[in-house]
Amino acid sequence: MQSTMPGEITPTFDAQNETSLAGAQAEKPQRLTSLEIAHVLQPRFQGEWWPSPEAAEKPFRGEVVLLIPAEHIVSAAQALRDEFGFDYLSNLTASDYWPQLQPRFHVVYQFYSMSYNQRISLRVPLSDPDYELASIESIYPVANWHEREVFDMFGIRFNGHSDLRRILMPHDWVGHPLRKDYPLGYEEPQFTFNFDDIQVRKHKPGYEEA
Amino acid sequence: MGIEQKLGNLGIATLKLEEAVNWARTNAMWPMLFGLACCAIEMMAAQASNYDMSRFGMELMRASPRQSDLMIVAGRVTRKMAPVLRRLYDQMPDPKWVIAMGDCASCGGVFNNYAIVQGVDEIVPVDVYVAGCPPRPEALIHGIITLHEKVRREMPLRQPVVKDRVREAVTS
Amino acid sequence: MTTQTEVTLNELKHLVSERALEGETVLLNMGPQHPSTHGVLRLLLELEGETVINCMPDIGFLHTGIEKNMEAKTYEKAEVMTDRMDYLNTVGNNLVYCLAIEKLAELDVPPRAQAIRVVLTELQRIASHLVWLGTHALDLAAMSTFLYCFREREMILDILEMCSGQRMMTTYIRPGGLWRDTPPEFEDAVRQFLRIFPARIAQYEALLTKNPIFLDRTRNIGVISAQDAIRWGMSGPSLRGSGVPFDLRKANPYSGYDQYEFDIPTATSGDIYGRYLVRMEEMRQSLRIIQQAMDRMPYGPVRSNNRKYVPPPRSELSTSMEAVIHHFKLWTEGFSLPKGAVYVPVESPRGELGCYLESDGSPKPHRVHFRTPSFVHLQVLPVLSRGHLVADLVGIIGSVDIVLGDADR
Repeated sequence: MQSTMPGEITPTFDAQNETSLAGAQAEKPQRLTSLEIAHVLQPRFQGEWWPSPEAAEKPFRGEVVLLIPAEHIVSAAQALRDEFGFDYLSNLTASDYWPQLQPRFHVVYQFYSMSYNQRISLRVPLSDPDYELASIESIYPVANWHEREVFDMFGIRFNGHSDLRRILMPHDWVGHPLRKDYPLGYEEPQFTFNFDDIQVRKHKPGYEEA
Repeated sequence: MGIEQKLGNLGIATLKLEEAVNWARTNAMWPMLFGLACCAIEMMAAQASNYDMSRFGMELMRASPRQSDLMIVAGRVTRKMAPVLRRLYDQMPDPKWVIAMGDCASCGGVFNNYAIVQGVDEIVPVDVYVAGCPPRPEALIHGIITLHEKVRREMPLRQPVVKDRVREAVTS
Repeated sequence: MTTQTEVTLNELKHLVSERALEGETVLLNMGPQHPSTHGVLRLLLELEGETVINCMPDIGFLHTGIEKNMEAKTYEKAEVMTDRMDYLNTVGNNLVYCLAIEKLAELDVPPRAQAIRVVLTELQRIASHLVWLGTHALDLAAMSTFLYCFREREMILDILEMCSGQRMMTTYIRPGGLWRDTPPEFEDAVRQFLRIFPARIAQYEALLTKNPIFLDRTRNIGVISAQDAIRWGMSGPSLRGSGVPFDLRKANPYSGYDQYEFDIPTATSGDIYGRYLVRMEEMRQSLRIIQQAMDRMPYGPVRSNNRKYVPPPRSELSTSMEAVIHHFKLWTEGFSLPKGAVYVPVESPRGELGCYLESDGSPKPHRVHFRTPSFVHLQVLPVLSRGHLVADLVGIIGSVDIVLGDADR
């Protein structure tokens, strides 16, 4: 990389919708909107519209969301990056719907296209008992730590991940905190009316005399 | 009275040894850099020029626990960080004091959940608690002055003698 | 809940090179308590002499369980926790959460509230860049910059305290607008700040920009190309330092940013120096935005009138029965949002801060996730630091501007 001289900054134009940052494309083909891209992907990957079938015409709050089965996520991500130019993975997270077990989790992916300023979101439902999914780390390297966090917090394993271990909790922690059946773990406030009850349950056997 | 009258202008003052020791300990108490979260920013602001802490001799924040006297636990202590905190406290040489700065260090603060230790006094003995979320730099300085007053009241020479059990076991 | 177990090298074999296993390279722990790691970040360094072969960040020492805790509180009570994530950009955290609530609820925000939100967010951006500059320069051994930056920051904190009563964790931005209108001294204080600050930026630049020691320590170090930066999900000034003019305030305008004129500074070098230049120029652009917002500040209410989400003023409680009913509902149960999920990205001083909010129709959030820039940028640290010296690593961490509360949540 060449370096700039001190004090030289290149102020640039505003990143409008039609700006291409790849630099190599001279002319662009007619660009589909996110909704049209989703209409192309939906039959190809057996997707469903989320949150309801009306989202096919009128996306919920303007966000295009497709529900994709777990076996197709890698090819869908590959298609989004290579065919449609969604080169930036914005967010990868999960949501737990316990006590409903079919599906129990939705793994949510948010894709963004730098060149065309478009967003599209994919959701993968996972049902009891197999909470496993293929990793998209090979396509989007940024997914590495996001998938580790989802594994740490929800217990969803990502096959093909280079380094799947806990990231936020201590490495020998038992349990996956963000699951809905994991307790919040709060300490009960001891007021005067329940002071003695809670004191007995704490590790100290009753009051200590000062 | 007494000896001071006789010595007068020779430039000699007398005081109790304990007071001298306590005065020396308070006037240059070096804090250990233990800023964890938001309170660390207010601690840095207390060190900066507006609310100068070097008035109290404390502008030098030593990163090494071996060279510091005071551990200001500034911020929330998670269960992953707790063993590290204890180890650093153990590595500090005597005499040492601990200030729990902020609500999270005093009692767990806003966060009452699986990840946060509910008050750093579960792990280390605390001398002064400073409340606030985060406490203003002036509140921190008030806490430090309170600690100084506490140290001035200590009686370091009247400590109980600790039996040297190792020597007894070896020589007897 | 945990027992102390030792992690042996066998478990980390896949991360270090084979030379470490034979003892050719040294594994050094740059522990959670370290003066230059800007918080509780643990780095496991594999060193050959002083050169970094690999660097493995270990985070989680500040994991506060904010997301799970927010699921146990109502929407308005949970906002208090958002301040404490990225503690240098507290106004921005409140803003992203409130924008998500407003998007999901389709709540309107009056124009005066939007303008004041912009002013406070840009002031917070300047304050955050001042802390970045102070600590970054401190790591690279320029101590006086630290004192100068904090002196200016006190002025901004005074303005925030004047509006909300708190210096850092303001919780001033609420769903539907602001908590209350700004006091009369607000405008004078902001204009006074706008008058003196350009000269102060010039002071910082005089100290650092052409300083040969600073140039030696920052040029050609921690270089990342634009393509790599996009693949690794970088955003904000770290991405703009590599030449990509991507700014969410332009790409995805929120809170009235499309009305203001400002440039997006970029640098082409992709090294620490480039990122430094970008942030210095960003402070000037923030001043421009604040100037325009203050000049065009409309009059009017500062919070939406939608009583399903916004409590009525207390004066109405003595006259209107509906006001009492709304007040009661909001104070006991809290408001409920329609079922669904939204993702709102916002430009924080560190990069793209996104709030993914999912609601199931109850008064408590079903799932709140914050996509934080520091978490994503910490992944890139091994890529940036390979082949550099340990002393350069300190500069690289500073230039990527990591806040551990942001990374760990």
